[in-house]
Amino acid sequence: MSTMTVLQAVTAALEEEMARDDDVVLLGEDIGINGGVFRATDGLAKRFGDDRVIDTPLAESGIVGTAVGMALYGLRPVPEIQFSDFIFPAFDQIVSEMAKMRYRSGGEFACPMVIRTPYGGGIRGGHYHSQSPEAYFAHTPGLVVVVPATPEDTKGLLKSCIRGDDPVIFLEPKRIYRTVKGEVPDDPEFLVPVGKARTARGGDDVTVVAWGAMVHTCLEAAQLAEKQGIEVEVIDVRTILPLDEEALLSSARKTGKVVVAMEATRTCGVASEVSAIIAEKAIDSLQAPIVRITGYDTPFPYTLEHVYMPSAHRVMAGIKKVVEFDF
Amino acid sequence: MTEQLLSVLGADGAVKRKNRPSLTDEDLLLLHRIMVRTRALDERAMLLQRQGRIGFYVPSFGEEAAYVGSALALDGNDWISQSYRQPGVALLRGITAETMLDNCFGNADDIAKGRQMPVHYSFRKANMLSISSPIGTQIVHATGIAQAMKIRGDGGVCLTYFGDGGTSANDFHTGLNFAGAWKSPCIFACINNQWAISCPLERQTGSKTIAEKSAAYGMPGVLVDGNDVLAVYEATRKAVARARDGDGPTLLEFLSFRMGPHSSSDDPSRYRPGELEAEWKKKDPIKRFEAFLTKESLLDKEQIEAIHAEAEAEMSEAAKVSEKKPAPTIDSLFDDVYADMPPHLADQREELRGEGSDHRQDADAAFPL
Repeated sequence: MSTMTVLQAVTAALEEEMARDDDVVLLGEDIGINGGVFRATDGLAKRFGDDRVIDTPLAESGIVGTAVGMALYGLRPVPEIQFSDFIFPAFDQIVSEMAKMRYRSGGEFACPMVIRTPYGGGIRGGHYHSQSPEAYFAHTPGLVVVVPATPEDTKGLLKSCIRGDDPVIFLEPKRIYRTVKGEVPDDPEFLVPVGKARTARGGDDVTVVAWGAMVHTCLEAAQLAEKQGIEVEVIDVRTILPLDEEALLSSARKTGKVVVAMEATRTCGVASEVSAIIAEKAIDSLQAPIVRITGYDTPFPYTLEHVYMPSAHRVMAGIKKVVEFDF
Repeated sequence: MTEQLLSVLGADGAVKRKNRPSLTDEDLLLLHRIMVRTRALDERAMLLQRQGRIGFYVPSFGEEAAYVGSALALDGNDWISQSYRQPGVALLRGITAETMLDNCFGNADDIAKGRQMPVHYSFRKANMLSISSPIGTQIVHATGIAQAMKIRGDGGVCLTYFGDGGTSANDFHTGLNFAGAWKSPCIFACINNQWAISCPLERQTGSKTIAEKSAAYGMPGVLVDGNDVLAVYEATRKAVARARDGDGPTLLEFLSFRMGPHSSSDDPSRYRPGELEAEWKKKDPIKRFEAFLTKESLLDKEQIEAIHAEAEAEMSEAAKVSEKKPAPTIDSLFDDVYADMPPHLADQREELRGEGSDHRQDADAAFPL
């Protein structure tokens, strides 16, 4: 085991997979000699060369589009989009090409590739360095959408995604890149399965569902609740598409009270999908309406970002709402 | 190279220049046969569409020389990233008309399992990518494929086809810019048929030619008479050799004319004069090549007629066979979304199975085709 940050776990996963498989190549803006603006690829160009750690011109549609071509030919590209807020020029390549390739070719072609991109707020980044775009991608059949919350999961999930045969949007919660540290297995065969949620904390009274950096906010909220004698279970979904329905339903059935927390804007967000699944399939167990604690339906603000982003106290307010609900 | 039209064949089939490509008689006859078969396929498929037997079609009338001539300059191991208007490339690479029509009928034998509109082919065994409808997206894939070939040191090249319309799409800029920066072994083959549906070339660009856009990307550009199959072959051969030698990409502009509609849903009489079509009909690339083959005594009139009749019979027969095949199974709707079916899709498949025959009758009634 080694102690590392989320960011170091990204680098370790990339380095191990590149050492294991010559077909794994990285491409993106400033990822070579500069090691990426967050340093996620630091040292990799030196070790693996310019042919496998490719500095690209500044065009997200080109980064993803050429990576699609490389994947079609048989490589395993791992493109980096510098901030997920800049991914939209590549949206057509992601949605029309990468996601549909296997289906539209009757399984003749596929795009085994992982788009890594830092996402989420909390770094004073304003509109264009803070957003949480997971719902756009979760609405696209053919994509896998993964969001790790711990260093261990970051390494294990990223490695699984690189080895997998489906195209992945791998959202890295940049707010916790350096602030969350943890023990990570050194075994290069250590993998975390895609499509499986994790119980970040057990509890019998209330289920709180979250992903990414929000898992840590919810764990803080759970501590606040504990002081009031409320035992909160925090489910870290880890994979947004496909969702681990069984994990969501089994916790919801146990507690009967559900809060879903996310940074993204509320309307048509992933929290709504989680709520709908639980409402459709576990309504008979629910003792209160499902509560969503989310970013507001406004563009992401700069000065007031701490107001915009759900805090432990806002999650706690949601917990109290479901606990105190009376039919 | 970007302003003067490269041409080998005169309108009467005479070889104008000394730089006639060194093609064997066998290759010359192959070029002709593929062009004729493609024309016959397009004609048959348009007829099927007009009769309501297939839902849609995109003909390539008049552009046969541009794509058949260029595709012949590649090796079988080279990849092709095409748009939806180069059907003869598949025929040249050994795909049968029946396989292509299976796609147009969307039947159980369709490689794409009936999931795409007609003419959106995928031919893995021929190293030809799956086709999509958004314009120009395949250009940037070609750069990626070519770069992957370079990374692996396979010695292959990738050629991508797109139209004049595609040169306005952002992926044209991106694909050429990346390939120029990386020196990828890529050939960008623009078949300039002068119309993006109803928008004529002069309203698509301020450039004098499409070939001259190459200068901005640090690669050579060549303006080629796209109705001259020998010029097309020769220009492509040089571009392929250049890419294979590690000297990077080339932009080829094959100047041609879309003799038919954009698609079976389009009516060109709404936006372009009939005289223009009549003028270009005189420049029909197949007739022009046949004049050459006759002059060279490779074929006589009777043999040419026989080749056309044979191609028409082939397409008619292939259509009959394809049309009789059943539709894909309903369960296949859920396959190939992912490598392995995730639980939520398995649940939805069960949901559909449980809906029974009423829903299927509704669905059949909604699409009489």
